[in-house]
Amino acid sequence: MIQMNNVVKKYPNGVVAANGITVDIKPGEFVYVVGPSGAGKSTFIKLMYREEKQTSGDVIIAGTNLATLKNRQVPQFRRQLGVVFQDFKLLPRLNVYENVAFALEVIEEHPKMIRKRVMEVLELVGLKHKVRMFPSELSGGEQQRVSIARSIVNRPKVVIADEPTGNLDPETSWEIMNIFEEINTRGTTIVMATHNREIVNTIRRRVITIEGGMIVRDVYGGDYGYEG
Amino acid sequence: MKGRTFQRHFRESLKSLGRNGWMTFASISAVTVTLLLVGVFTIIMMNLNKVADDIENDVEIKVLIDIIEDAEQAKLVEEKLMADIKNLAGVEEVVYSSKEQELDYLVEDYGEDLSLFEQSNPLRNVLYVKATEPQQTPKVAKKIEKLENTYQVVYGEGKVEELFSFLNTSRNVGLVLILGLLFTAIFLISNTIRITIIARKDEIEIMKLVGATNSFVRIPFVLEGMWLGILGSIIPITVVSIVYYNIFKVVKPRLQGELIQLLDVTPLLYQVNVLVLALGMFIGIWGSFMSVRRFLKI
Repeated sequence: MIQMNNVVKKYPNGVVAANGITVDIKPGEFVYVVGPSGAGKSTFIKLMYREEKQTSGDVIIAGTNLATLKNRQVPQFRRQLGVVFQDFKLLPRLNVYENVAFALEVIEEHPKMIRKRVMEVLELVGLKHKVRMFPSELSGGEQQRVSIARSIVNRPKVVIADEPTGNLDPETSWEIMNIFEEINTRGTTIVMATHNREIVNTIRRRVITIEGGMIVRDVYGGDYGYEG
Repeated sequence: MKGRTFQRHFRESLKSLGRNGWMTFASISAVTVTLLLVGVFTIIMMNLNKVADDIENDVEIKVLIDIIEDAEQAKLVEEKLMADIKNLAGVEEVVYSSKEQELDYLVEDYGEDLSLFEQSNPLRNVLYVKATEPQQTPKVAKKIEKLENTYQVVYGEGKVEELFSFLNTSRNVGLVLILGLLFTAIFLISNTIRITIIARKDEIEIMKLVGATNSFVRIPFVLEGMWLGILGSIIPITVVSIVYYNIFKVVKPRLQGELIQLLDVTPLLYQVNVLVLALGMFIGIWGSFMSVRRFLKI
């Protein structure tokens, strides 16, 4: 599902954030990406949804080779992914329903279908009763649930999450993790960058550790594995 | 693009105006102020231009004809001269005026005392010549001077050239001022729109992340820019129309029979209002289009 082959990302200021990354993530896997701040986790994640373009090497996501992807093909490519951020990235002026429906309007889905799908995913994340509320009226955990609902509403093959529990208290973090597990059980591949040692050590999955722009450890059912 | 997607863009652009409250207000104000200036200035310039045209069109050449004693001979000479002048390039019309008519004009202008001259009229028969292009008057006058049986050719030599040069300078200055104002308007309005769009760059970023194409992101902003232009031109159009209409109503009767006239309300107001509206829409659309472009490279 996700293949990287000797990927190098060098920023214009000379920083090398990915230094020969090679990895293969199979469909339906749940992968944690851990490592100290500034190790290159975010770049690793950004390379997957083509926020950043690699300097050299191959990035192949769900059959699409990002090296040869033209700029105008990027929107089409991103529709196969769901992306979740630490800061939720919701549109403050849209209510819960509109924020989720937005991802389907963009791909010109039929209005009837939009309504059906949005209600389905809001039920999955447990927010069906708050559809008319605005992000500012929701708790952090609820906002993240809206963000997750938006990321999965168009049935992506892969959900990429960059520190999704970073801004949440421990209890809420567990609720969010339960939702990710549920999504994963339904067959969606999940790649999650995180600093949450407790979660990684409790819900044991594949753990990829990045340091200095390189994969230094890759263990199935592993633990957090480094101090920091 | 599907019809309902366009409907969505249309709805979104209108909703967005309301959601962005103060930013919308700021943009509309910028559009209003600049378009008001453009509207007022255009009306003034068009009227000044009309005055200049009126003055120019009033310039004519007066050809005094040689006195020939024999009446029949004189008639032949005058007819030939008239035909010769008509055949010259750049001549619009030639009007004959006998010396008796000339005296009548003088009496009209300077009073009955001059009617004493009716016994022995010292004036000459005259041809009044208008050039097709008023600015060509001196050239045409020179050509007429070379014809036979012309005693004197008068067109206000020196003064006419000065007048034309003054009118030309005024026109050029006006044109430069209008262009400068338009440039400022475009710059000011598109900058204000840019600031409102910078404030919404997160929105654009999120749209791009969920797979929106560039045109999907851009169209609502561009439509919004169009609304800003339309809303911003309402006040200028209303003010310019009402003020000019009232000025016209007051001034027009006072200029009755004068050389200088104001331009009629129609079509002037239609022309200026269409210009103001089109300019507002163009600047709104263009300003949004250019500003969004910067954020589409995510």
